[in-house]
Amino acid sequence: MASKEVLLMSNMLKLKEIYPFLETFFDQQPGELFKQEDLTLQQILLEMEESGSEDNVFDATLFVDQLQEFIQQMEAFTGVSSQSVDVLTILPGKDKSGNAETFDALHFRKSTITSIVGPTGSGKSRLLADIEWVAQADTPTARTILVNNEKPTVDWRFASGKKLVAQLSQNMNFVMDLSVREFLELHASSRMIAGAAEIVERIIHAANELAGEKFSGETPITSLSGGQSRALMIADTAMLSSSPVVLIDEIENAGIDRKKALQILTGEEKIVLMATHDPILALMADQRIVIKNGGIHRVVQTSAAEKNMLEGLEEADRKLQTLRTKLRAGESIVDQSF
Amino acid sequence: MNLITVSGPPSSGKTAVILKTAESLKKRGIKLGAVKFDCLHTDDDVAYEKAGIPVKKGLSGQLCPDHYFVSNIEAVVEWGLAEDFDLLVSESAGLCNRCSPYIKEIKAICVIDNLSGINTPKKIGPMLRMADIVVITKGDIVSQAEREVFAARVHAVNPSAIVMHINGLTGQGAYELSTLLFDSGKKIDSLKGMKLRFSMPSALCSYCLGETRIGESYQMGNVRKINLEKK
Ligand SMILES: Nc1nc2c(ncn2[C@@H]2O[C@H](COP(=O)(O)OP(=O)(O)OP(=O)(O)O)[C@@H](O)[C@H]2O)c(=O)[nH]1
Ligand SMILES: [Mg+2]
Repeated sequence: MASKEVLLMSNMLKLKEIYPFLETFFDQQPGELFKQEDLTLQQILLEMEESGSEDNVFDATLFVDQLQEFIQQMEAFTGVSSQSVDVLTILPGKDKSGNAETFDALHFRKSTITSIVGPTGSGKSRLLADIEWVAQADTPTARTILVNNEKPTVDWRFASGKKLVAQLSQNMNFVMDLSVREFLELHASSRMIAGAAEIVERIIHAANELAGEKFSGETPITSLSGGQSRALMIADTAMLSSSPVVLIDEIENAGIDRKKALQILTGEEKIVLMATHDPILALMADQRIVIKNGGIHRVVQTSAAEKNMLEGLEEADRKLQTLRTKLRAGESIVDQSF
Repeated sequence: MNLITVSGPPSSGKTAVILKTAESLKKRGIKLGAVKFDCLHTDDDVAYEKAGIPVKKGLSGQLCPDHYFVSNIEAVVEWGLAEDFDLLVSESAGLCNRCSPYIKEIKAICVIDNLSGINTPKKIGPMLRMADIVVITKGDIVSQAEREVFAARVHAVNPSAIVMHINGLTGQGAYELSTLLFDSGKKIDSLKGMKLRFSMPSALCSYCLGETRIGESYQMGNVRKINLEKK
């Protein structure tokens, strides 16, 4: 990284040229001075002082420290983010009563799906928090998390923008007032990655494949239907989230193609964890873990016999859906196959 | 005793986060006390009491809440010492976004929520910029994308802070925060000689002193005018 002196002597244009990610950093500074590209950093700081740093609520020393810290982190970050998480491992801990968990080591590999079953309050959040915090036998469950079979570095815990888990749950909504495309562009720009425009179009396309009703890049996100929102969130998380693990809290069976949704996530090499009580979803997973009393009680590999049931279940599910549609339309719902 | 200051915009989830974190601290046998600084009204004292945490509240009323905070925190620390707490948590609402009741050498936590909008981090000032730990709440109701964008903005405003996501309703993430709060090496027995991290807003004009009439001739002291010239 450039020294403090070099940073101070460079003008804004130059700084943003060397470190493109500084655009975001300068955008978040108070006042208008940072927008003047021909001024050097030193000149800006002097002027901030003169106009009264009090008024701008600005502390120049802190600013320079934080600028250097930001550059350092972003440089480290771009290096590491290219290193992917191929496998996440949980080493056993204990349940709420202190009984040891009985599995040896539980692996979650990229592009695979693990379903999580167990009543609410049984310890799903704790499991997730253990993964997010990359627990090292230092949480109430005493579990240990390994990343790529190794003890992970602490930046998985503390570095902003480097989080292991992305979460998709049922009660999430879009709260911003933007069109679908603007929204995705905003997300892409916060990631500072190349080829953003192309990724944005891919997401819109994929989300439309998932959702029953089509929408365009110009649709305001707040006017999307439930199914469309969910579809957009899933496609966006698959293609733009930096987190290698995606936790889905039950995908509702309406307005969205659930099988395709899971395929998009595994296709983008995510490690998918899915809390569900729906047998169809559970059977789409490669393995399932049963949580009881705060501990992982069992790990079950989806058997061939179970997988064989999937087709029949999906067929029954489709029939049920058709009946629902008919019912809603006010038609007779007689179906000879029942 | 350890002291930590927790601040953040109104209703961002400060009390929810503190209470969830307190559950984990209590399990470790850490004796907790709390003080809430607010402006006009607060029911937080009831919430702390219900959780079995001894609490004091201070309402600044007519005064700038931050000035009120600095003039009272020493006495509150003395109260905490007399009560023999291991950890005293001071909660204050950042009311004008300019405030930062942070003290050098005392751990400072800023709580902001995902619902406040992505332009909020920039508007908050020293309360966010100078915090050691930033807690982001209400991630359960916004999309993953919005959470990531919000966290990236927070990071650009304060790259040195540890940023944590906590759900104030379920407490997810609170245990993790609890491990960062108590430090037996950071005990204090008074605030004497310590300094604020950033100066408080300076203002002393006729309106501070109770003037209610509008008009140039009533404006005295520290008065500043809006710039209405054409650009
Ligand atoms: N959905 C959701 N709600 C939350 C979360 N955290 C807090 N809340 C709710 O937000 C509201 C405000 O939370 P408080 O903890 O009282 O906020 P505060 O910052 O202490 O508020 P003041 O002290 O009054 O400024 C409450 O209704 C909480 O239940 C969260 O993570 N998710
Ligand atoms: Mg409160």
